[in-house]
Amino acid sequence: MAKITFITRDNETIELEGTSGSVMQLAVDNNVAGIDGDCGGVCSCATCHVHVAPEHQAKTGEATEIETDMLELNDYANEQSRLCCQMEISEELDGIVLQVAESD
Amino acid sequence: MSDNSTKNSICVVIGASHAGVNLAFALRKEGWEGEVLLFDKDPELPYHRPPLSKTYLQNEEVNLLKAEDSYQKDNISLNLGVSVNSINRENKTIILSDGSHQPYHKLVLATGARPIIPPIPRIENAKNLYPLRTAADVTNIRNAFQNSINKRVVIIGGGYIGLETAASIKKLGGTVTVLERESRILARVTAPEMSDFFMKLHSENGVEILTDKNVISIDVQDDVNTVNCADGSFYIADIIVVGVGIRVNTELAKEAQLVIENGILIDETACTNDNDIYAIGDCTFHKNPHYNRFVRLESVQNAVDQAKVAAAAICGKKIIYNAIPWFWSDQFNVKLQMVGLSEGYNQLFIRKEESETTKISLWYFKDDTLLAVDAINNPKAFVLGTKFIKDGSKIDTTKLIDASVLFKPLNLLI
Repeated sequence: MAKITFITRDNETIELEGTSGSVMQLAVDNNVAGIDGDCGGVCSCATCHVHVAPEHQAKTGEATEIETDMLELNDYANEQSRLCCQMEISEELDGIVLQVAESD
Repeated sequence: MSDNSTKNSICVVIGASHAGVNLAFALRKEGWEGEVLLFDKDPELPYHRPPLSKTYLQNEEVNLLKAEDSYQKDNISLNLGVSVNSINRENKTIILSDGSHQPYHKLVLATGARPIIPPIPRIENAKNLYPLRTAADVTNIRNAFQNSINKRVVIIGGGYIGLETAASIKKLGGTVTVLERESRILARVTAPEMSDFFMKLHSENGVEILTDKNVISIDVQDDVNTVNCADGSFYIADIIVVGVGIRVNTELAKEAQLVIENGILIDETACTNDNDIYAIGDCTFHKNPHYNRFVRLESVQNAVDQAKVAAAAICGKKIIYNAIPWFWSDQFNVKLQMVGLSEGYNQLFIRKEESETTKISLWYFKDDTLLAVDAINNPKAFVLGTKFIKDGSKIDTTKLIDASVLFKPLNLLI
């Protein structure tokens, strides 16, 4: 079980608990605004972009190459960026805070 | 509406897949206060279709488009397992299969498409023959596969559905043969180089792909099918999957005398020739302003983007549909991402990255205008291609195909 907190673009804080699956699916299942997951979680659409709080980056690890490539020209991407369809829920992620990234 | 309030209005949506569901939620985002009713004959909670031929065949977990309680939270009435018989434009009602009438103020057709079952002699007798479009189709294929001892699967059609299904079934341990009528696979949508790449990929993974195979009849004996081709060859199949294309569901629209061309004709705001009826997704024939021609697209991107445009229009705001189409496919360990429409290209440039994994991108040009990019294991090419097409950038093709030139926009522009 991992507690994962999302902060939406409207600054709403949503605390969720998950045991398995991707972080994107957890967000979609709980209506986190701004996480669409249009491609269903195969890292093809970049509609699940989040920023990991710097103090939690050790837990989440860095974005994989496919994520950074997908975000290559995204104006809102930075060092904290992840596409959360590529983050598997595990105990490791317990307590992380994710800010939903802006989009055009 | 004269008082600008939508409180007492009803928006009815026929079809609850990517287009219809996204539209319903987009209506709420745009401030629609009236009723929203979704109808679909599929009894399953709306789900993602692209994974059906990919992961869903393998792991049985259907990906829902939205959580079940999301519909309630947004006050969207989801009516599943219900067919619509007709539209009465004069009375502004739809008539359901149980004979009841549902009034509307705004109607959205998100009726999609259905798989073609070709008129092959004796196809109706075939054992374990399925198309692949719905969750139920996949459940049928999976059950037949699990119950089959020999697990010999013949796939008719070497398009994306056929090839993705072939890869998924191969991973499950079946013997897979793909029969393609044309002289190469993916002939309708890509360059010959792409066909070659995917032929090789499948062959390396033990899938047999045969081209120039026109299926002329199917025979059944002792629950085993024999698929006969025009050249005299035949193939034994315990299971047959048909992936030869789709037919657009335009019947309701046609009977209601809406204008149909290669799909339901809509304008730049997704409106049909009736001001109160919109159409979105796979069923539409619409103008793509970037390519300046009318197209019909089978894609999640088109469904989602047209849903947003229609929702805005229904709420009295005008957004013009102006998207660059994009698609994806996953087969074995290969990720294919495509952007743009390559039709009409007269030059093709291929870039191969210096990398351990296969990373190739195909760049389709008409003269010096970039039309489309197919990116194999190369999201960066997909992202750059999207930007270049959107911006109408002129590209230095010598640098483009030189893998030692770093893949950054400024390095590649003229």
